[in-house]
Order: sequence, then structure tokens, then C-alpha cells
Amino acid sequence: MADESKTGRKKIQATDTMNRLMADYFYGLNEAAKSGRQKVAWCTSVGPAELLRAMGFAVHFPENHAALLGATRMSTDLIPAANAIGYSPDICSYLTADVGAHLTGITPLAKAYPGIEAVPRPDVLVYNTNQCRDVQDWFAWYARELNVPCIGISSPKNIGAVTDAHIDDVARQMEALIPTLEEIAGARLDMDRLRETVSLSRECTELWKRVLETATVTPAPLTFFDGTIHMGPAVVLRGTREAIDYYTVLLAELEERIAEGAGAVDGEQYRVYWDGMPVWGRLRQHSELFAGLGANVVASTYCSSWIFPAFDGNDPIRSMAKAYLELFIVRSDSYKEQYIQEMLRKFRIDGIIYHDAKTCPCNSNSRYGLPQRLETKTGIPNLVISGDLNDLRCVSDEQTKTNVEAFIELIEEGK
Amino acid sequence: MTNPLFIGLDIGASRTKVAVIDMNGSLMGHAVNKSGTDFSLTAAACLDRALEMAGATRSRVLRAVSTGYGRTNVSFITNTSKTEIGCLARGCHHAFPEAITVIDIGGQDNKIVKLDSAGRRSSFKMNRKCAAGTGAFLEEMASRLDLPLERMNDLARQSDDMVKLGSYCTVFSATEVLENIRHGKKVSDIVKGIFYSVIKRVLEMDSLTERVVMSGGVVAHNPYIVEMAAEMIGRPVLLPEFPQLAGAIGAALYARDDKSQGES
Ligand code: SF4
Repeated sequence: MADESKTGRKKIQATDTMNRLMADYFYGLNEAAKSGRQKVAWCTSVGPAELLRAMGFAVHFPENHAALLGATRMSTDLIPAANAIGYSPDICSYLTADVGAHLTGITPLAKAYPGIEAVPRPDVLVYNTNQCRDVQDWFAWYARELNVPCIGISSPKNIGAVTDAHIDDVARQMEALIPTLEEIAGARLDMDRLRETVSLSRECTELWKRVLETATVTPAPLTFFDGTIHMGPAVVLRGTREAIDYYTVLLAELEERIAEGAGAVDGEQYRVYWDGMPVWGRLRQHSELFAGLGANVVASTYCSSWIFPAFDGNDPIRSMAKAYLELFIVRSDSYKEQYIQEMLRKFRIDGIIYHDAKTCPCNSNSRYGLPQRLETKTGIPNLVISGDLNDLRCVSDEQTKTNVEAFIELIEEGK
Repeated sequence: MTNPLFIGLDIGASRTKVAVIDMNGSLMGHAVNKSGTDFSLTAAACLDRALEMAGATRSRVLRAVSTGYGRTNVSFITNTSKTEIGCLARGCHHAFPEAITVIDIGGQDNKIVKLDSAGRRSSFKMNRKCAAGTGAFLEEMASRLDLPLERMNDLARQSDDMVKLGSYCTVFSATEVLENIRHGKKVSDIVKGIFYSVIKRVLEMDSLTERVVMSGGVVAHNPYIVEMAAEMIGRPVLLPEFPQLAGAIGAALYARDDKSQGES
């Protein structure tokens, strides 16, 4: 941790607790797949995880695995294997990295967790296209490769207000998944258990929101880069008691930091908003880059995307449908504009960085004039950086560094 | 120190530029060289040439600021650096103290920087990952045409029927150039088409404000590009006296004003 203090960044003590929690999760999944005691479902990151969990599935999230491939910088070497079988370098580099890893027989789980040899083999693949079409194509590849059923929800996209018609549509599609899932699980869906799971997800989401909102304080006790790590349980363990317990601990630590006036970045001078995916293989460099300039990336669209205010245990299916439709990524540009504008106000932001990720158009919000419109409205300057989430062949470190440094100079001049 | 001098070193990926200024911001000496593979050595040689031009030695140097790709490689003279965007803005605003949009075409990248009348940056853009529209693109095309770079400007001027190149990509453009050679197009028309393509790529990067200034090595060596750009934009384009030195002069101005490095 010497490095962290050198660049003025502070370590979050709860990290060890989270690492244990994540280890238990991965070992649990591995055990389920190996022993066959529990069926395994693969689910997209904003797919109907509560339904799967309530039906007794152990749930694996390929996007989480792909992010691990990115963060361990294994992805760039694996992507070409998927390119070579016809999956273009221009499509989702989560997909290509994960498929490349499968083709090569490699997983970062094996290195991190002794005893785990492979990703848990699925009994069913369940997607929701609310985020993009790539997840469906990704799961379809595994369905053919592993001869496993692949079912899912085709979600509307680019919507302004979420209407009853949208919710009816998605709720019906969710209900239609149940018979297949029951057959694979070998048990009926217990509605009480679903209610309880959705309620737990709601609790988790509320805590995660409070965690992120600690950064409204100056100096902020956490950074976007911390957020990308600590959101792990909100993604893979939502709907469980463990996730809630973890965020209770994390929140207490961050509140303590606030009481002490301890910021995550020493001498925080500039507060930045990040829109778009993180560059997983550069989390540390980027974190150091901003901290070295006295800047803290205090809020992001990405981490905030796992806040689902609509979850309601009293109406589990419809509230899930609503929650998974209200997501930022599903919405129209005019909604996105308003959303970011509100975030800028709430977190008192000095500048916005849009990461234009080459292989993820759905999370690259700088392509239809949004930065210009928002800058005209708010006067808050913006910077678009070209890069990618997992394919480091699309990342120029020197350009990123110069751009970010010049952006902070610009903010400084304007203060 | 009486009559101290201030140094700006702009160590670009392609060329190293050094400017020497005095307390009044007047340019006293300058030098440009290929950056090569040893940034530190090149910068030192450039510095000495520029100082010689100023009739001075390193002992009269009070402060220095570096910028550009190799900005951290000159610890022999300074550890203070600024981004090339900041220095470019400073250098151009020094020449034209008004609200301007600066278009800089460098060896490896392009920049568009907008400044208000006080010289504060309101926005900037750097080109994306590829060489399209940069000096590197011109070099590649010159070698395809087997032409020395210095001849391109005069050739383009002679064109009376410009060839249009449609592609973004340097490799695709090279193929288009070959295609035009095969069809017997005149070299001068192809070169003008290449210039046109450079300007198009740059103008796509951002919108422009009223007063436009161009800088960088490409325009310094190819003034016809500036004339073509002015025609395309539909209004005159301003050019500092030493377009290639804008960043180095900006760095030298920062050095002059940076009291944190020590007073005389
Ligand atoms: S949203 Fe982007 S990163 Fe996520 S799965 Fe889709 S294409 Fe990939």
C-alpha cells in the first residue's frame, strides 16, 4: 500500500472484508458447479438476478468475469482468439475477452482462488438486452458451445419515461421465463422467497446509494476507482444478506472518514464526474493520475447504475421489470442529459470526462452531441477521452495523460 | 540577475523546439531539431544553439519549462512541465491577444484549442488514435509519391485539378493515392488532394470561433495549407511569426511567470 500513500490516495479498510466475501462467493459457485448440488445460472449484470436467486440457482455474471480479465490485463491477449473466429474487434470487448478466455482455457479465478480451475459451467443462460445486444450474442455463443439453454428478455431501448406499457411488456417476458427455469431448477418458484430476495436487493441498493453519496461531501471519502472495486457485491450478491452486511460496514467506515475530514485524495481541489466504462486495465494508473493532480473523480454514471430505487418486495416481478427499465443505459439522451445535470449539481462537479469506449457504444454517451448540449446548459467543461474497457490496443496512455492534465489545467484556469 | 533569460522546451514526438525569451517576452533565440531517440541529448543541443543565437550561455537562464511528449526527459535544465495544450494556448495568445481558436497541426497529433479574450482555455480537442490529418500522414504520402517533403508545398500550389481523397485512414488513403497514380493523375493534383484531406480531418474535430490561428510544423513548412484552410473556412487565418515555435514560446512565457521556481 506504500504506493497508495505516495500518490495521496487512501486505502479503504473494508477492502479485506470485501475480498473475503467475494472469495466465498466464487468458492460457493465453484462448489455448486462441481458437486451439482445447486444449479448454476449465468446472468447479465442487470438481468433478473433476483428471480434466479429465489429459485435456488447459484448465479455467475460473465461481465464480472470479463471485468476481472480486464483488471488483470489478461484481456488484450485473449481478445484476438475471439476475433479469429469471427467476433470482430469492434464489438464488446467483454464478450471477446471472455470468449477468448474460454477458447484458451484461461481464467483469472484460477490464479486468485487456489482450487478453482474453471468458470462454473452453466445449466442455463439468462440475459436481458436492456444494456445492449452484445450480451445476447455473447450468451448465444456459449449456448452453442456448451449446449445449454439460453433464455432472456428483449428490452425496449432509448426510452424517455418508463410507462406501464413498457413495464407490462418486460414483466410478461420475465414471467415467461419461469416455466423453463422451474424445469431446470427442478422446483417451483416460491413467491415468498422472491419477495424476500427483491426486498434484500432493495436494501442493498439503498446502502450502495448511500455509499456513493458519501462523496457529495468535500473532501470526498471515496473515488470512482474505489467504487468500481467495491461495487462487486452490489452486482454479484444483490438479493443476499451478505451484500447488505458488507455495505453497512463500508458505509460506517466512510462516514467515519467524513467525520474526521479525511478525503480519499489528499488535498482534493477538483471534483470530476466520469461518464462511461472504466478502463479496467488502467484503474490504478488513472487513480494515480487524478490524485497526483489534486483531482478526485467523485461520481460516475457507471457505479450509480447499480442503484435500483424501484425494487419492491410487495410486487416483485413488476418492480423488477421497472427497476431494470429505469436504468440510465436504457434511457433516451434527453433523460441522460437531465440525469447527469442533476449529478453535477449534487456532487458539485468542476468538470466531466466522457470515456468514449471503442467497443461499447451503449456506454459511450459522447456520440450524439450530449457533452456539447450539457456544457452549453451548465457551463461545466467536458473532455472526451478515447479508450476502451478491456481492449488496451485501443488505449493511448500518453494521449490520456496529456488530455487529463490539460483538462485539469483548464478547470484551474476557470476557477 | 540582470537580463535573465527564460527557456521553453517543446519536445514533440517528431521535432524538438526550443525558445529563449527575455523578461519582456521577446524572442531572443530559437532552434528546431528532429527529436530522434535521445530526447535529452537533442534538447540539450537545441538549447545551446538557441542560446548561442541569443548571444548567451546557460548561466543567464533563470527558469525553464518543458512541454510535449518528452517533457519529463529534460531534468538537466528543468523539472517543471506544462501540457502542450497549455503552452500552445499561451504562445498563440501572446501573438494574438484576443479570443481565438488555435488549430495546431503537429507531427503526431492535431489540437484545437479555444481561448477567451483573456487567454483562458474554454475547450480543447486532440485528435484520436490515428495519424489522419497529421504530419505523419504527410510524410507517409510523400514517401508513397517518392517526393521530398519540402517539395509538397510548391507542387500543391501548381495544381489546377485537385484529386479528392475520400478516406479517413492513412492506409486507405495510400491506396487511393496509388489508384490515382495508376489513372495518370498529375502529382501536383494528388498533393493538393492530400493537403485538402489534412485540413478536412482537422476541421472535423471541432467547431471554430471567429478568429482562427494556425500553428505547428506542418503549417510552418507548408504555407499553402494555411491559404487552403482560409478558403475552406471562408475567412482569413492568422499565423504567428514562428508557427512551429508556438508551444516552445508558450512554455518560455510560463517559465518567465512561474515564480514558484525561484526569483532572480
Ligand atoms: S454494455 Fe458495453 S461493455 Fe456491457 S456488455 Fe454491452 S457492449 Fe459490453
